[in-house]
Amino acid sequence: MAIFVDQNTKVIVQGLTGGQGKYHGLRNRAYGTQVVGGVTPGKGGLDVEGIPVFDSVADAVGATGADASFIAVPPKAASAAILEAAAAGVRFVVCITEGIPAQDEARVYNTLLRDFPGTRLLGPNCPGIISPGKCNIGITAGEIAELPSASGPNVGIVSRSGTLTYQALYELKQRGIGVSTCVGIGGDPVPGTNFIDCLSQFQADPETHAIIMIGEIGGSAEEEAAEFIKANVTKPMSAYIAGVTAPAGKKMGHAGAIVSGGKGTAQGKMDALAAAGVRIGLNPTEAGDLMAEIVASLR
Amino acid sequence: MDLFEYQGKQYFARFDIPVSPGGIADTVEEAVVQAAAAGYPVVVKAQVQVGGRGKAGGIKLANNEDEVRLHAANILGMDIKGHLVERVWVEYASDIAEEYYASFTLDRAAKKHLLMLSVEGGIEIEAVAETNPDAILLRHIDPVDGITLEWARQAAIDARMPAQSVEGVASILVKLYRCFTEGDCDLAEINPLILKPTGEIHALDAKVSLDNNAEFRHPEWAEYRETEVLDERELLAREKGLQYIGLQGSVGIIANGAGLAMSTLDVVNQVGGSAANFLDIGGGANADLMSAALEVINYDQSVKSILINIFGGITRGEEVAKGIVEALNRVSLRAPIVIRLDGTNAEEGRQILLSAGIPESVLQSKPTMLEAARAAVAIANAN
Repeated sequence: MAIFVDQNTKVIVQGLTGGQGKYHGLRNRAYGTQVVGGVTPGKGGLDVEGIPVFDSVADAVGATGADASFIAVPPKAASAAILEAAAAGVRFVVCITEGIPAQDEARVYNTLLRDFPGTRLLGPNCPGIISPGKCNIGITAGEIAELPSASGPNVGIVSRSGTLTYQALYELKQRGIGVSTCVGIGGDPVPGTNFIDCLSQFQADPETHAIIMIGEIGGSAEEEAAEFIKANVTKPMSAYIAGVTAPAGKKMGHAGAIVSGGKGTAQGKMDALAAAGVRIGLNPTEAGDLMAEIVASLR
Repeated sequence: MDLFEYQGKQYFARFDIPVSPGGIADTVEEAVVQAAAAGYPVVVKAQVQVGGRGKAGGIKLANNEDEVRLHAANILGMDIKGHLVERVWVEYASDIAEEYYASFTLDRAAKKHLLMLSVEGGIEIEAVAETNPDAILLRHIDPVDGITLEWARQAAIDARMPAQSVEGVASILVKLYRCFTEGDCDLAEINPLILKPTGEIHALDAKVSLDNNAEFRHPEWAEYRETEVLDERELLAREKGLQYIGLQGSVGIIANGAGLAMSTLDVVNQVGGSAANFLDIGGGANADLMSAALEVINYDQSVKSILINIFGGITRGEEVAKGIVEALNRVSLRAPIVIRLDGTNAEEGRQILLSAGIPESVLQSKPTMLEAARAAVAIANAN
């Protein structure tokens, strides 16, 4: 098992004929992901190294039976692309696009909530999702993800930051710890999928035995996750929060990462998670060390 | 991007939100001209992006030209909490019967828009939230629905606005919401929103924060960029298209991804050093970006060592390595580099660096983030 995506997931790439879409779409296919089609308006009938291109998501879904989409289009086109995928009945949409205006994100999120409850959006501005050995959608380098072991224990990863997602995968790989699924939820203010969505899936997934969570400063998503963990998560967890040394009032790259009015500090988030029983590392390596201890105790 | 009060008022005016007649001045003479145009009495207001201007003496009433000269001369060049006053806004002094508060922002937890409305304006809303939370009406808005005049009227009533203010406040709320959404604001705030003795409602201050991601559809924002308060390092970085924030330490940081960059700052701090900056070269960083990043870091005199922390996803290791080799040919770096390179094509990247024959005194490579941070901090602290 894995969460959200597995070996049966069929993926189309919206923007397959563009630079990013082609590069990562082909890498995802090379990893073993079922990349069954691409979408670029006006380029239907062409193919990209054997992957058929369609004019619309509806055409692509009709011809291939795809249930997931990987969106790699510029910010101006991303909102429409997400809604087009939802309208075509795509179940799982991964959007890596960085720089979508917050007003657009808020409208898209609430439109999905109301009109397309069957569609889950991951991102925008996220690295994607990988269920090692089964499916990789997005920009993660597949070779840094350790395969899950049949006998376990395996770890689920959920992270707000792209590169720290890789770092977490890498920390586990160094220690030979298998990964069930690794989800990068993205650093934007209105993520389609949040920590709690992933934590509840990991809690229910029999192949996931422990969970690593990577958060960062800004907003209150980690504090809300801590409340959820206290009430609902029985699997052992470690966590790391980036931005302990970030000055207040400065946006640290991510639109979401800002400490304002004393709220959203790393310390407040670490305290909330620790109170929920999560073991806190002060850097990614420490979070990895703590997870190694947890895994050893589960073996 | 945060706007100055006068820019916020000009932005409000685009959406027909009533503001006082006034003008901007960067000299005493210009202030006198603007005062005459606005009509006496006027208020001379320091333009800085920090609260507490009034207490610091940055807001003064002037009844005639002599008083404008006196106050403008005092306020221009004033230092308010570390912010230098370069301009004053001179506007007609409105008579005030009552002061309210109104703002729209995004509630990230609820993923809806949030209206905050209060009959207690003119003081910081955080203070009201602490002393009298019941005086603030909080109301969520579904971004798909937006608001109507009817909705705004009800909000004004529920906020216990006096009957004579309800219509005027409702009308401004609708305009302010348009400014917030169509104007792509992160925050659109009026404090105080005033009732004049004559019965009109009017924005006496403007606090506007714009969403940088929406800049592509707002060519009119270019003029705000020109007055943005940045230090020289930040200006240079912006020209190169880099995400840079200047800090006070001695270890220059280059990382890919905001999270990894923040984490690098944390780790440097944990091993006893301090970062000179936050710099995210982003996804897809190529040779040009990397050499630009090194140039920006090199400009900072306080940098004693440079820590490059790259984990490749979109960013490819060989591109990073090529960028470093190219930058070393272009600029003579004042500080040595410690690099940690992992992820996509990291091995190819390490090979490129090795075969370039760069001496260890200029560049050393470490296998982990922690070891690289220790090495960079050791160099910085030894110098």
